[in-house]
Order: sequence, then C-alpha cells, then structure tokens
Amino acid sequence: MKIAIASGKGGTGKTMVAANLGFTLALSREAALVDCDVEEPNLHLFFPAQALTAPVTTPVPEIDPDRCTLCGECGKFCRFGALSVLKDRVLVFPHLCHSCGGCTLVCPQGAVREVPRTIGRVACSSPIPRLTLVSGVLNEGEVQAPAVIRAAKALSKAHPLTIYDASPGTACPVIETIDGSDACILVTESTPFGLHDLRLAAEVAEKMGIPAGVVINRSDGRDEETLAFCRERGLPVLMTIPFSREIAAVQNRGGLICRDLPGWEERFLALFDGIAGVVA
Amino acid sequence: MIRLAVVSGKGGTGKTMVAAALADISGVPQVLADCDVDAANLELLFEPRRITTEEYLGLEAARIDPAVCRDCGICADHCRFGAIVRRNDAWEVDPLHCEGCAVCTYVCPTGAARMEPRPSGEIYTSATDRGSLAHARLFPGSGNSGLLVTEVKKRAESLADGADLLLADGPPGIGCPLIATVGGMDAVLIVTEPGVSALHDIERLVTVCRRFGVRIFAAINRFDLAEDIRARIEDYCRREEIVVAGEIPFDPMVIDAVRNGRPVTRGAASPAADALRALRNTLFAELGLS
Amino acid sequence: MIVGITARAPGTSAPVEQRFARAPYFVFVDTETGKAESVENPLVNAVGGVGPRAVQMFSERGATAAITGQVGGNAARALKEGGIKVYAYRGTGSVADALADCTAGKLQPIPLL
Repeated sequence: MKIAIASGKGGTGKTMVAANLGFTLALSREAALVDCDVEEPNLHLFFPAQALTAPVTTPVPEIDPDRCTLCGECGKFCRFGALSVLKDRVLVFPHLCHSCGGCTLVCPQGAVREVPRTIGRVACSSPIPRLTLVSGVLNEGEVQAPAVIRAAKALSKAHPLTIYDASPGTACPVIETIDGSDACILVTESTPFGLHDLRLAAEVAEKMGIPAGVVINRSDGRDEETLAFCRERGLPVLMTIPFSREIAAVQNRGGLICRDLPGWEERFLALFDGIAGVVA
Repeated sequence: MIRLAVVSGKGGTGKTMVAAALADISGVPQVLADCDVDAANLELLFEPRRITTEEYLGLEAARIDPAVCRDCGICADHCRFGAIVRRNDAWEVDPLHCEGCAVCTYVCPTGAARMEPRPSGEIYTSATDRGSLAHARLFPGSGNSGLLVTEVKKRAESLADGADLLLADGPPGIGCPLIATVGGMDAVLIVTEPGVSALHDIERLVTVCRRFGVRIFAAINRFDLAEDIRARIEDYCRREEIVVAGEIPFDPMVIDAVRNGRPVTRGAASPAADALRALRNTLFAELGLS
Repeated sequence: MIVGITARAPGTSAPVEQRFARAPYFVFVDTETGKAESVENPLVNAVGGVGPRAVQMFSERGATAAITGQVGGNAARALKEGGIKVYAYRGTGSVADALADCTAGKLQPIPLL
C-alpha cells in the first residue's frame, strides 16, 4: 500500500504526520518513509542515522564538435534555454535541461548525445527496527525535482507499506509524488489559510483519482468551516491534533508525539486504519 | 519608493501573518503584492474588492488534434514524462504531466500534435483599506511560478502611484518564485522560527538573497518555543550582520485573528501585536520610512 | 561590426529596453553601413531559459556587441563565451541615442563574470 501525505500550504505539519505515522507503524510491521520534499527534505531530522547515498543522474546533451556544424537547430528547439549556439561552439546550460531528449532528435548531424549528470542524491537508512527511510535531495539550483522524486520512489517500490512525504503546494513535484498512490492524507491547519489551500490540494487528489482523508493540525476546536468543507466533499476527517504549546515544543526539538507524549501512538494507529479504509 | 519582500526559508513560519501585520500598521502610502502564487493567502486577511481578473497563459503545453491524429502512437513512444496517455480510445495529452518540451510535436508525422499556450492561472488586482493589492493564483500542476510572480510585481508597480512602500508577501523556499520576488527589491525581511531546520533554511535563503545585493533583515516568530535554537539564530544573524528587526512570542491571539480574517494588529491588544509594532518601528527606521 | 540593442519597439528611434532576454525587440545595427534590422523577440513570454536563447539570436546575426540595461546569469555566461561585449545604457533615450553614447565611449561595460 502506498500512502501520500500532502498539503496545500507549507508548515501545516505534513512531515510531522509522516514521521509519527512511520514510527508508529514500524513498532509492529515493516514500513518505509520516503521524503519526496527534495528541495527541503526534513524527515531525516526526526530519524538521525547513518545513510547510504547514491547519486541521482539525468541525461543532458553533449555535443560532438567533429560532427557539429553550428547550424543552431538544437538551440532553437530547446524550450528551456539549455543550449545556446554561438559563432564557434555550442554552449550547454545543464542545470536548465529537462532531459526531454529533443536536441538529440533534431540535430541533422547526429552530433548530440546524452550523458548522465548528477542533479541530486538518494539516501537510504534504517534508523529504527522495521523502518526504512529514503530521502531524496535535489542539489541547489537544479530544476528537475521530479527526477529525484522518481528515484526515491523507485528505491521503495517493492516495499509492502510506503508513506510518501510530499512537498507543500500543488506544483509538479507534488503531482509526481502522489501519482500512483492508493490514498492521500491531506494535512491542513485549522485556519482560513489552511482551508483555502486545502481546497486546492483536495482538487488535485480528486483530479488524479486518488481517494483522500484529512488531518486537521493545530486545531483550536473551532473547525466548523473545515469540517463543513470535508463533509461537502466526502472527505473523512481522520485525526484532529490540537493547537498546543507542548506539542509544538516536542516538534521543534525534533521529537515525536507518538513516542514522547501519552495517548498519541493509539491515535496514529487509528489514523492508519482510517486512511487504509478509504483505499478503493 | 522602498520595495520590501517578506520571505522565509520554509513555509509555515508566519510570513504572511507578519506581512499582513506590517501592511496593517505601516502608516505610509503603500501598494501590496502577494507573490506567493502557489498559496496566495494575503487576501484572506484584508477584505479585497476585486477590480481586475486576467487569464495567465503560462507554459505552452502539447495538444493532440483528434481530427488529424492517425493513432500511430509515436508521440507516446517519445514522451519522457508520461504525459501522452490512452483515453477514450485515443491518444491524449495529460496537462498535469506535460513539461512543454515539444518533442511530440517534432516526431508527429501528421502535425496532429501542436503546442498551445495553456491557461496556467489568473492574475488579479484588488482594492483594500490598506492599499491596492496585486495577487494571483496558479493552477495545480502548472510548473514554474516565477513568471507569474513577475506579472504580479508588474501589476503592483502599475498601481504604485504615490506609494512610499511596495510590500510583497514572498513565497517560501529558494526556487524560481523566490528569485523572481527578490529581484529588484531594496530589502527582504526573513521570517524564521526556531525549529530543527531553521538555521539550515535561513542560511540557504541568505546565500540566495546576497546575490541580489538586497538589504537583509530577520524576524524570529514564536521565539519562545525553543530558546536554544533562538539563541543560535541570533548568533548567526550577528555574524552575518543581519539586523534582527523583531522577535514575536508564541501567541494564541494570532490564530484568533487569522480565523477572523484580519491581521493580528487589528483588534484586541496582544503580545504578538506589540512585538509586531516594535518590528515595524525598527524596520522602517532602518529603511528610512517615517 | 554588428551591435544589438534591446528595444521596446522596432526601429532606431524606439526607446531602449532595460532587460536583455525579454526585450520586446532587438535592433541590430551594422556600424559600417548604418543599416538597421529590427527583430521581434519570440522569447518575451517564454517561461524560462531565455538568456541562452537570446544570445543565440545575437550570435546568429553576427553581433559582437550588445547594449542593454542588465543581463541575467545565464545570458551573461553565454555572452562571455560567445565573445560578445555588453555595454550598459540606463537612460531613457532611443536606440540611436544609446548607440551614439556607446560610439562616444560614454557607456560602461557590464562585467560578465
């Protein structure tokens, strides 16, 4: 089973939910946590451990100067500005390349071939028994977050139970992360900001045909608007975490409420049962 | 006119809350820009009256004309992004996955596959009781919000007659939209909170901002949640010669204010509101605003 | 030699555009013959990577110098590698004004490091 954890806005507590859910599940079965927030991965901060890393590469163009006639077709075709044909050479901007392969197709001389270029890495560790943590990291300044996300997901592909922690928002990296999931947990804040952005995230999950459930974080007990929205859209509210200094303090230290505060282990187990229940 | 962007290394540090409070108590003629186009929330704290709505045609995406398509599937063979799928017994482009590379249009033998500007969002201008607001919304799966941010800034500039301050609520992170926001600004205010990744996030953001030659200020939100990390942030700012313009305590009144759709500085007195007033005074003095 | 100047409209009396790769027009002037060619810039609304592609347009027309207000990082690298010298014109005058200032040695080069 593959469960994605997403949110419309940042800072709602997605990583916290992912970390606690992963920890709780690993108490009784094999679980994998995949940090797909490759621009700012934070899951490993809750599970410090030695990790094995491997580079993630993507194909980028290399020009054979003996065949190249400086005709300029590759530069004109590339929509990402990764190639600039000057009077005496072709300049490649590899960090702009999206690895579409177009340049290799349009070159009339067959002078363009693709070579692998490292854009990030995946790190794999087993911080506690039965828990596998895979983190994807995109190198700064690179654009191909989806490629690193795919590599991280590939490492956990055969795992029986995987939790994907997505980046916030609804842009390409999030689409890549939740694609292929059996269910999606949408984490929201109990504020008009949270609700406003929950709508967007819920829309995306629906468009992608992925059943979803909601976790309301930092609730002050007045969640009527959010609850009404969830009712209206048939989204089960799987857990509500109250707004509390104590919880925030545990969080900020890198702690886990399911381990450090009483009663939360049971609630995260119930969250798992809830999201497993929405899987078609 | 001074151009100030409120930014943060990661989401959820209270950036929009701080930006809204500054807009509320600024006391100078201003124009507002919500550059957080992936999650534009500034409008929730002011009651904006919409003036204009424009379609934003961003990325070009591929489209297969079913009348011309001969079903050969060569496009799907070449698409590296899984964007060409079989639906209703025909080949279709899934806009959520299309990267806009145009390879399919190149390999298509009939010309059925063509690139088209794709509506990727909307740009708005609105009036609020704290100045005109330029904002936007990006549709899900639309890549690269940087260009949309630039459009929002352009609209804000066009509404800036007589303003002493252009205040932008920036996006989180350090990617394209942040870069598009910071370019052309005079100063940035980094809103951070003492959490496990705070130092790492603030360092990355400072590295990026330095390339633009903007003045950098910091504000520490919910500072009392982890005093040791707060101290480390203050040390870092001191070493980097970044003025910490204000520190705001953890305060339930903030949620209350957000829930009521207003900046925390409007309404009952609170420790957070006091801290934000002090932040405004320090910051504006540094920027030469009255 | 051929100089490319970023402009808001076609023609040598058009106002100079400050941005390089997203200038609405490029006006290429052959300083020996005085002939000017205005090219509409197809990259104006492109989403990204416009710098390198704009430089390719300059290279294709044999420009060895450019006059503009500012250049981004990617454009700077391509201009440097392409051996195209860039001069900063930040005034409010026309393409012809900028060219005259440049010929008179009044414009500062933009460092392309």
